[in-house]
Amino acid sequence: MSVHEQFAEELVLLALGELTGERRTSVEHHLQGCTDCREELMKLQSDLARLALSAPQVAPPARARTRLMDAVAREPRVAPRPKRTPWMLVPAFSAAVLLIAAALLWQQNARLRQKIAGLQTDLTDRQAQLAEAKQIVATLTATDAMRVTLVAAKTPPQPQGKAIYLRDRSSLIFLASNLPALPPEKAYELWLIPQTGAPIPAGVFKPDARGSATVIEPPLPNRVEAKAFAITVEPETGSSAPTSAILMVGAGE
Amino acid sequence: MRAGDETAMEALYDRYSGLVYSISLRVLRDTSGAEDLLQEIFLQLWRKPGSFDPSRSSLGPWLAVITRNRAIDMLRKRRPESSIEDLMIATPPDFADRVEQSWAVDKIGDALIKMPPDQRKALEMAYFDGLTHSEIAAKTGEPLGTIKTRIRSGLLSLRRIFGT
Repeated sequence: MSVHEQFAEELVLLALGELTGERRTSVEHHLQGCTDCREELMKLQSDLARLALSAPQVAPPARARTRLMDAVAREPRVAPRPKRTPWMLVPAFSAAVLLIAAALLWQQNARLRQKIAGLQTDLTDRQAQLAEAKQIVATLTATDAMRVTLVAAKTPPQPQGKAIYLRDRSSLIFLASNLPALPPEKAYELWLIPQTGAPIPAGVFKPDARGSATVIEPPLPNRVEAKAFAITVEPETGSSAPTSAILMVGAGE
Repeated sequence: MRAGDETAMEALYDRYSGLVYSISLRVLRDTSGAEDLLQEIFLQLWRKPGSFDPSRSSLGPWLAVITRNRAIDMLRKRRPESSIEDLMIATPPDFADRVEQSWAVDKIGDALIKMPPDQRKALEMAYFDGLTHSEIAAKTGEPLGTIKTRIRSGLLSLRRIFGT
């Protein structure tokens, strides 16, 4: 858009109805031959129409509708025009109002089509994001995934757990490695230790043959501030409060 | 046929009367004046439906702009400045759909809140109070050039927010 800079401000004034006299005539003259400036004026009118929406929305009193429709009913059917009989104009008049209604429907239809196209693009994007998210979760949770914890050289493998917790979404992912195997009737249980109050159960799990385990999105109360996460050994079905000593614990970094 | 016309008119009124009344009231700050203008705008549409040309604009924005302009004319006690038949508005937005209208209302409200207060004030004084740029400059004690820039860049920033 290459609006003629010398007219840029004048176009704003024109749209606001502030331009008068010779300046107005000169801008209007320029507009007749300049598509860019005409387009800019149309866009400014559109900007101003939006600005109009910032007026606090107030419904008119119900009597205004009655008053209007009464006035409409009292209106003569047609504006008197020479050389035409009123009955000839009735259909033309009706057609004009109906045309507006039809144009309105047509515009609505076009807008809905645009919306559908927009939603389809949105859906494709979301499907791509979902596929990516699924891929990440699949990699994190695959039983055949190779899990490597890097530690200082010559350190014997230690049981390790990593909890990733997003309080605002109450979302938790927990990954563990090198966990010792447990008797069949026992399982590990993860606990969210809140800032105040009792530990909250955050998932029961058993490690695989290589000592790896994951807990993905266990049910948790909303937006609890976590002070730490801990693991205990519990009966296979899990406990509502820890019944054994803490094996592993970690506080937020 | 006549009954059909009136039904179409009622449908248009139900869809757009809130928009027209709210703008009238914001400019005139007077409920009876706003009601009179609401009546005038819709009666005009009834009398001269051809004054709205669907190829030049959508009905919602067209009504918004002519209502504001007519309200400012009333405020300044002057005759209508411009011919409404000449009014052309770039295609978006349309406020026909209630959801779309309320979305646009929220978005414009949000955009104005985020705008520097001096700029918002200048826009509102020009648009809703109908003050000229020079009157705004005199009232705020700012140079005229600053006011012009504020108003134009304010409008352009609204355009960017709506992505058109």
